Amino acid sequence: MNAAIRGRSRPIYMDHAATTPVRPEVVEAMLPCFSERYGNPSSVYALAREAQVTLEKARGQVADALGAATEEIYFTSGGTEADNWAIKGVAAANRKKGDHIITSSIEHHAVLHSCETLEKQGYRVTYLPVDEFGRVDPASVEEAITDQTILVSVMAANNEIGTIQPIKKIAEIAHDHGVPFHTDAVQAIGAIPIDVNEMGIDLLSLSAHKFGGPKGTGALYIRRKTRIAALMDGGAQERGKRAGTENVPGAVGLGKAIELAVAEMPEKVPRLAAMRDRLIRGILDSIPETRLNGHPTERLPNNVNVAFRYVEGESILLMLDALGIAASTGSACTSASLDPSHVLIACGLPAEHAHGSLRLTLGSQNTDDDVDYVLSVLPRVIERLRKMSPLSPEQYT
Amino acid sequence: MYSERVMDHFMNPRNMGEIPDADGVGEVGNPACGDIMRITLRIEENRIVDAKFKTFGCAAAIASSSMATELIKGKTIEEALAVTNRAVAEALEGLPPQKLHCSVLAEEGIQKAIEDYRARHGTPTANEG
Repeated sequence: MNAAIRGRSRPIYMDHAATTPVRPEVVEAMLPCFSERYGNPSSVYALAREAQVTLEKARGQVADALGAATEEIYFTSGGTEADNWAIKGVAAANRKKGDHIITSSIEHHAVLHSCETLEKQGYRVTYLPVDEFGRVDPASVEEAITDQTILVSVMAANNEIGTIQPIKKIAEIAHDHGVPFHTDAVQAIGAIPIDVNEMGIDLLSLSAHKFGGPKGTGALYIRRKTRIAALMDGGAQERGKRAGTENVPGAVGLGKAIELAVAEMPEKVPRLAAMRDRLIRGILDSIPETRLNGHPTERLPNNVNVAFRYVEGESILLMLDALGIAASTGSACTSASLDPSHVLIACGLPAEHAHGSLRLTLGSQNTDDDVDYVLSVLPRVIERLRKMSPLSPEQYT
Repeated sequence: MYSERVMDHFMNPRNMGEIPDADGVGEVGNPACGDIMRITLRIEENRIVDAKFKTFGCAAAIASSSMATELIKGKTIEEALAVTNRAVAEALEGLPPQKLHCSVLAEEGIQKAIEDYRARHGTPTANEG
């Protein structure tokens, strides 16, 4: 195995669902905001007004990317804050109207744990099941909705298995009952077309570092007239809805990154999807007893998630790391808990299979050579681990 | 997150495999939790002359199995039973807190393999003795 790595001049990063490198154009746009245009947008002098203008330009870029109005964009510290705010803020503002929230069992923990917090406060939450491919059935939303329902929240695309959800249909059902619809679009921006009006989205969470922007910056889109309480108390920033001095460099980085990400989709999506499909086919063809997790067609263009029988994910990751490949797994062994991925379990995968999952998520810098390299070394890694495993049938030992 | 020693025993595991017709076999763990270890022993005149492991699990589980089998080879049964999970973890230059259970699994695997040997050979266990 060591001979293979010596030939590599650079590591292969295939964990873009975790984070992405900040693009040079984004860094360039941000830099002047640190030491030249450093004014606080809330102040009155020229330096501050300049910061205010810069901030609003960034807000406009985010709005344009979503088909939203500029004043419907609120900057946050990232996707997690946006999810927390959407769920807890809508719940608090509508407490007198109802106490029921509908979400799915495969949401990001930022949504799931926010809902669990609300349950402790007396709210009721329905966690919709998914099919074997990780899709929510819109009919299940119709069945779950009651006159007490105050929010429906279903992610646009899943971070682990890449399954794209039928959010337009789900939003329609929510609206038929007068219920607002939130979507966690953290993985979807720059990967699938998003238009808040066309898709009927009332609240949308996004995070800059997933598409070439900086970490610690995100936004919540809030449709006009949506009832929502503030999460942060303090100054009157963000139209009085999100206190705290604005992260101007972060917002500028987010604005530039989302503009580029959306503009480049027509070129990037088919290129990544072709690499994705070659990886999936190559892995399934060369490694027996392997299954594809997630939907065969309704999936993010950059997401590969497979489960190998008889082996454990962290071991796969460390062996790939030694070969210069950065990837991810749904195994419990990379987290503090002993439970494997809630997403894979919700898709009906037995826990022992879920431990053997591998996620490869592609980005702009990945090439066909990278795909070839992964396909050339992965079978040997799995073979090696299967030889060590007491679960492996005889043919692997 | 892992010491160099853990990575060494993970990438170059010692004693990986299975002893045919072993004198003692110990399997511990649970696939649902992501860890299973099978320890096989060759025992001659109360001494462990060979030990091998097969492990399904993370790097810490594989390294713990590798180190544990190294530590007990050549030892008498009594000496092997005195090898604790702490000794395995220390020999590996430490394990992250959430991975200490892997060294516990290795200790249990050895104990179970020795119990199996004793049960088959009619030797009373330490508790009964």
